[in-house]
Amino acid sequence: MTVRAVSPRSLRRRRALNLVMSGLMGLAAVLATLPLILLLGHLLREGASSIDLAFFTRMPKPVGESGGGMANAIVGTLILVGIAGAIGLPVGIGAGLYLAEQRRARLATGVRFLSDVLNGLPSIVMGIFAWHFLVRPVGHFSALAGGVALGAMMIPLVTRATEEMVLTVPTSLREAALALGYPRWRTSVSIVLRTALPGIVTAALVAVARIAGETAPLLFTAFGNHYWSVALDQPIASLPHQIYTYAKSPYDDWHRLAWAAALVLIGLVLAISLVARFVTRSRHGGVGD
Amino acid sequence: MTATRPDRATPTGEAREVPGLVESRGFNFWYGPKQALKEISLTIRPRSVTALIGPSGCGKSTFLRSLNRLNDIIPETRHTGSIRVGGEDIYAPRVDVVNLRQRVGMVFQRWNPFPRSIFDNVAYGPRLNGRPSRADLDAIVESALRRTALWDEVKDRLRQSALSLSGGQQQRLCIARALANRPEVLLLDEPCSALDPIATQKIEELLFQLKSELTIVIVTHNLQQAARVSDETAFFFLGEVIEHDVTARIFTSPKVGRTEDYITGRFG
Ligand SMILES: Nc1ncnc2c1ncn2[C@@H]1O[C@H](COP(=O)(O)OP(=O)(O)O)[C@@H](O)[C@H]1O
Ligand SMILES: [Mg+2]
Repeated sequence: MTVRAVSPRSLRRRRALNLVMSGLMGLAAVLATLPLILLLGHLLREGASSIDLAFFTRMPKPVGESGGGMANAIVGTLILVGIAGAIGLPVGIGAGLYLAEQRRARLATGVRFLSDVLNGLPSIVMGIFAWHFLVRPVGHFSALAGGVALGAMMIPLVTRATEEMVLTVPTSLREAALALGYPRWRTSVSIVLRTALPGIVTAALVAVARIAGETAPLLFTAFGNHYWSVALDQPIASLPHQIYTYAKSPYDDWHRLAWAAALVLIGLVLAISLVARFVTRSRHGGVGD
Repeated sequence: MTATRPDRATPTGEAREVPGLVESRGFNFWYGPKQALKEISLTIRPRSVTALIGPSGCGKSTFLRSLNRLNDIIPETRHTGSIRVGGEDIYAPRVDVVNLRQRVGMVFQRWNPFPRSIFDNVAYGPRLNGRPSRADLDAIVESALRRTALWDEVKDRLRQSALSLSGGQQQRLCIARALANRPEVLLLDEPCSALDPIATQKIEELLFQLKSELTIVIVTHNLQQAARVSDETAFFFLGEVIEHDVTARIFTSPKVGRTEDYITGRFG
């Protein structure tokens, strides 16, 4: 190959352009994280002072009395996320494994397409769906309906992420297992799924973090509850819903609590993301070829 | 899926129930419209090493993978003719593929241990058959590792990841993993092509030891290796077996011109 000589002028121009473009991209990167930083700063300023032990252990106080906490909403959110996970994870992981292992089956193509459609569906539509099947027939809101709405949101997220992770398992491992006599389904479960597991756990955590803060699907399913309730067939409080109610109230006290709840919710999501990061890291440390 | 045509399967002569005996009769194989194997008739003696040599793309791997029906997993393939292992027609409708693959072990070109512990890798096969007791499993794993001369190198770190081993050790681990199933036939597809000479030599020594117990079929591009390790050699060319004979004869006085061209390096 011959290297063509470049004139000093065009070289200078190229360097200048390079500098400008790098600068612009750096700026874009800062802008992309700016909202998160501003948001966190604001939340800390407004909400941190209201976060104390009582916030986690006490029930909300009636209007006019100051203090109180959001124990019911915190526990409610955990229950809702638990139900969602119990539905979304097994179905999503199973479907993702199927999509990856039967790539070309006609059913797989259909399911993949529908998953993408569901992923793009506004979350309030999931709420309507759960309301129609689980609230309207029984005549009242329930934790179960809220959990199902969130779980339905999780399914396509987990499905597609699992498929991606399973596809990264090298064919050579599948063949090794098959050559040892492992039937296909056992190869899928004990080799393929197992090898992809750290990646799937990461994806599952990201999906949990993603739905934990959803409000719209809860509006007419779990609804919300000012009292302590852990019954699955009764309306249940949740952090996003409590934030929504408190924020639109006219009371300063409730506004402060809403800020604090938002901070706790973001903290929860960040913590889950950090765990997900950690799991991903250990995957590349321990396993892989 | 592979279509078996009982009417076309033409076993010649009696089925002989000799463990480790591999007999291919008029075996043809297609990937979609492309025929990869043509009328392969080959008898592989038990307790011997047979080398499959020939240029790339002439069907050696395809033939090897037909012996444990690993080609079954590739869509749109089909075959005619028959292959018998230990006297059993392996493409007969009643054949249990799981059982067949336990009887016919396989080692691949690129070592592929599972990303699990050294112990677990060897234990994978035995664990498929029910739940062997801890003591039985320990014994099977130790024996397989001893037979691959790995035991002394890894006995203090059986719980460590198999991926912490060197390439040559990983390949020997893959052989141990196959041996733990107590196969009667061991297939190796260019097992040394990515290994350094010392690791290669270790594996060749292993094959020499192992052939007293089982039938070994090895694909190799390294003609010196074929000459060193094998008792018989089959020369594959464009999907056909051009010549099959005792290794010494193939290398000193081949009967077919093309074989001679290949082993003297005139092509391929
Ligand atoms: N999975 C496959 N699908 C389609 N064609 C294949 C496949 N595997 C191998 N072939 C073709 O079959 C022929 C024989 O291949 P192979 O058995 O791998 O040869 P070798 O091992 O001797 O190099 C080649 O022409 C190759 O392109
Ligand atoms: Mg090959």
